Amino acid sequence: MAKMKGAIVVDMVSCKGCSLCVEACPTQVIGLADEVNAKGYNYAYMVNPEACTGCSNCAMVCPDSCITVYRMRVAEPA
Amino acid sequence: MEVSIKDIIKPENLVYQKSSLLTEKPMHYCPGCTHGVVNRLIAEVIEELGLQQETIGVTPVGCSVLLYNYIDIDWQEAAHGRAPALGTAIKRLLPEKYVFTYQGDGDLAAIGTAETIHACNRGENILMVFINNGIYGMTGGQMAPTTLEGMAASTCPFGRDPERDGNPLSMTEIVATLPGTRYVTRQAAHTAGAVRKLKKALIKGFNNQKENKGTSFIEVVSTCNSGWKMTPVQANEWMVENMFPFYPLGDIKDK
Ligand SMILES: Cc1ncc(C[n+]2csc(CCOP(=O)(O)OP(=O)(O)O)c2C)c(N)n1
Ligand code: SF4
Ligand code: SF4
Ligand code: SF4
Repeated sequence: MAKMKGAIVVDMVSCKGCSLCVEACPTQVIGLADEVNAKGYNYAYMVNPEACTGCSNCAMVCPDSCITVYRMRVAEPA
Repeated sequence: MEVSIKDIIKPENLVYQKSSLLTEKPMHYCPGCTHGVVNRLIAEVIEELGLQQETIGVTPVGCSVLLYNYIDIDWQEAAHGRAPALGTAIKRLLPEKYVFTYQGDGDLAAIGTAETIHACNRGENILMVFINNGIYGMTGGQMAPTTLEGMAASTCPFGRDPERDGNPLSMTEIVATLPGTRYVTRQAAHTAGAVRKLKKALIKGFNNQKENKGTSFIEVVSTCNSGWKMTPVQANEWMVENMFPFYPLGDIKDK
């Protein structure tokens, strides 16, 4: 059996902390940081990276094109 | 086998990245604004169709007035509401180009109503993109023709009252009745699924121009979270609950 593992990279400089990606993620991977970026926004990051499947839903709803998505097939231990 | 994030973040595993047609300029929109999502999708569609050199966009007056800064294609800026007239001129002079207009509801359905209806009635071979957030976002959230009954706006703080303010206007149903329109659809951009559907509609809107069979018109039911005085997430929920019943999603005409 193989499953999909994913990871996202958020451009924390351009993120506006709108939280739409947090809402869109089916596996609750994303949260907003306690720290703010140079614009004063609590930027998005992977709070729970293990759960990312690389489905790209977060990137679809981001108005500021901050999210890059990677995805790979991983063999599951039998 | 444990896989680390480093193993996943490699060029061969890339599945989504910012379109190369989007410039480095940060978009000026409020956090969570639908304009950003639709601007991004238009860039993706033009890139994927390979039409960077062939496309001319027409920007409106409203929050998206600076759209020409964000997508690296040719642009013209129209006076308030006149984008369909300018789009008509460009397409007639340069029929081999792909021409699209991009307008808010104040631009397309208030000051520009005449241009909208006549371009659609003439069946100009262009794509019109209509961002309907129910108010005038840029100027401070005033009531627009599209404001829903009971919906608060800065000029009707207790809600639109049809007795006093008239009824909300569904421009998309109106243009669908005109013989000149070929493809008329209403979409949204609040979920990943909605975004993927909207992208398909935009691709169709561009491709339709090859056949010269009339105007393609795509409404995007949108939020203006600043004007509505909500968070972006609340604004999406409010839109689903209140905008979608009056502005139902789906294709209205496809011929
Ligand atoms: C001739 C003219 N009249 C009025 C205005 C003021 N004005 C600027 S933007 C706007 C409405 C914008 O609303 P909309 O088209 O819904 O776009 P949004 O900002 O919501 O995206 C108005 C009335 C203007 N710039 N020019
Ligand atoms: S790619 Fe999918 S699973 Fe991963 S963070 Fe984005 S929405 Fe969540
Ligand atoms: S959707 Fe984009 S801008 Fe909004 S919080 Fe997520 S990464 Fe930041
Ligand atoms: S005022 Fe409204 S439409 Fe304008 S950028 Fe802000 S959220 Fe978007």
